[in-house]
Amino acid sequence: MRQIKHLFIFSALVLLMGFSFSNFLGIYHQTILALCGINIILAVSLNLVNGFTGQFSLGHAGFMAVGAYVSAALTTLWLPTLTNPFLMTEIGVNLFFLFALLAGGIAAGLTGFLVGVPSLRLKGDYLAVVTLGFGEIIRIFILNIEPIGGARGLIGIPQLSNLYWIFGFVLLICIWIHRIVSSIPGKQFMAVRDDETATSAMGLSTTRIKVRSFVYASFFAGIAGGLFAHYIAYLNPATFNFNYSFQIVAMVVLGGMGSLTGSVAAAILLTGLLEALRPLQDLTGVDLRMVIYALTLIVLMLTRPEGMFGRHEIWEFFKKFKKSPQGFVR
Amino acid sequence: MAQFLQHLVNGLSLGSIYALIAVGYSMVYGILQLINFAHGEVVMLGAVFGFWLAPKFMYPVEPSLGLFFAVLGASMFLCGLLGFFIERLAYRPLRKSPRINCLITAIGVSLFLQYFTQLEFIFGAIPQTYPEMISQATVFSFAGVDISNLQLIVVGLSFSLMIILQFVVYKTKLGLGMRAVSENTEVAALLGVPVNKVISFTFILGSMLAAAAGTFVATMYPKVDAMMGTMLGMKAFVAAVLGGIGNLPGAVIGGLVMGLAEEFTVGYLSSSFRDAIAFAILILVLLFRPAGILGKTKIEKV
Repeated sequence: MRQIKHLFIFSALVLLMGFSFSNFLGIYHQTILALCGINIILAVSLNLVNGFTGQFSLGHAGFMAVGAYVSAALTTLWLPTLTNPFLMTEIGVNLFFLFALLAGGIAAGLTGFLVGVPSLRLKGDYLAVVTLGFGEIIRIFILNIEPIGGARGLIGIPQLSNLYWIFGFVLLICIWIHRIVSSIPGKQFMAVRDDETATSAMGLSTTRIKVRSFVYASFFAGIAGGLFAHYIAYLNPATFNFNYSFQIVAMVVLGGMGSLTGSVAAAILLTGLLEALRPLQDLTGVDLRMVIYALTLIVLMLTRPEGMFGRHEIWEFFKKFKKSPQGFVR
Repeated sequence: MAQFLQHLVNGLSLGSIYALIAVGYSMVYGILQLINFAHGEVVMLGAVFGFWLAPKFMYPVEPSLGLFFAVLGASMFLCGLLGFFIERLAYRPLRKSPRINCLITAIGVSLFLQYFTQLEFIFGAIPQTYPEMISQATVFSFAGVDISNLQLIVVGLSFSLMIILQFVVYKTKLGLGMRAVSENTEVAALLGVPVNKVISFTFILGSMLAAAAGTFVATMYPKVDAMMGTMLGMKAFVAAVLGGIGNLPGAVIGGLVMGLAEEFTVGYLSSSFRDAIAFAILILVLLFRPAGILGKTKIEKV
């Protein structure tokens, strides 16, 4: 009964958000919102690795690229060759899109597994550089595959994604990741973050735990990539360079490593900030946006390294005002 | 065969530039255990300073070797200052914080320098041609292998700079301080080594070498670009890891190997894998010999 209630609330929220966003806003604001949603998925999933498992990954855009290209290849190259009449209908196409998204996610998850198994034995900054390297290798690899456009980019992707899809997945993935980090495997992630030696002394395989967190994160990044590809309807390998990975890292760091709502807030803030600073560009004639972005990162580290929310979720701040039961002081 | 030898020569001259940059990474890592992501941007700024200064110096004198040395010296001086301020303003306040915070700051500094240089009134996003200070000529030709004067100058100067560095690190008092701090910061401080001064000095030295490398790159491939530092920096970092990070001769060997690997990839495979080869090497090294060629394996203690 409870599940049905939750499912009902969930679909009502998605419909409401999708409906209001796509009917009361112009195309420009809709695109910003869509990018916000995609960045939320990326930031929240990267937080699983960087925040909850304490491993510093810098190659998230690479996994997003895998998901984007796999799902776009399915809908652009494979879908037109299929002659099943069901796939001509509205529902059929959308179901195929869902299938393509999941296939992209699974492909990204597999890539995450292949990258994670060798590289997660490394620690700290070495891991950061290796993941950055893998991200770049994935991008250069895509650059050299001719059937999906190579360096020219993949054009003619059907625009199947919309705000309903994006915000549906945003809600779904946020809840999903929240459930992961509240479960036993999620506690294992945090155990690895807090003390890796102690965790392995407890008889847990830390590499397995880290790879698991990495595969989850890559899977969600792949789905975000698929949504991105079918919203913009054009893919170029240059989009997924390491500056994009840095941007996602900046969102996670700004929100607070280990806070899901922090990542959501930071993703909205930074995506919105970049757009809000566009008038500044018109005013001064120069593109100051990325400079301000980089300065934010430095100043944040110097003054508030734990980010906006630290390791807390937003509702924990409201809990403080409530009276504790039986007069216990928390 | 001639082609092979030509690639070898080109690879060595490129490799000596990587070695110069890698030495800077290695020194900073040895002392602070920090990957100074901004190092590549210092290389880029070394080239940009040269781009600004050369026309100003050129006015009274003709393009010559002396002019090249003047520009090189000025750009090294400016980058040394820049390195000092980067350490002072961005890294020193974070000395005691977790390493991940320092890493994020380093990324932030790197992005800041890159995008700041891209601003229209600073340098702009469009690649520019580096002023020609020495006209390229083949000075030595043997069995179909051409060695240009630029290659000779670059390799010669790179190795002299690295020999000077070796002298500074092993024969002077500040070098002794550097080695002491990289061994153990706290004990060095207790024994009276001025740690902050030594760290500043390390950054200045590394940035000066980076400026030299930037000038050499811009002279050999006459192009200046605000984005050029990132890739150069990453490759040099790979070189440092390959040789054993924190180890200066290792960084030189790593740099030469990287230069050769890149040149042979371009020559015999495809130029589109130019950047991928660096990361492939990095991944192989970290998987099979994480300490690098000359590095010592460390055992983790609880």
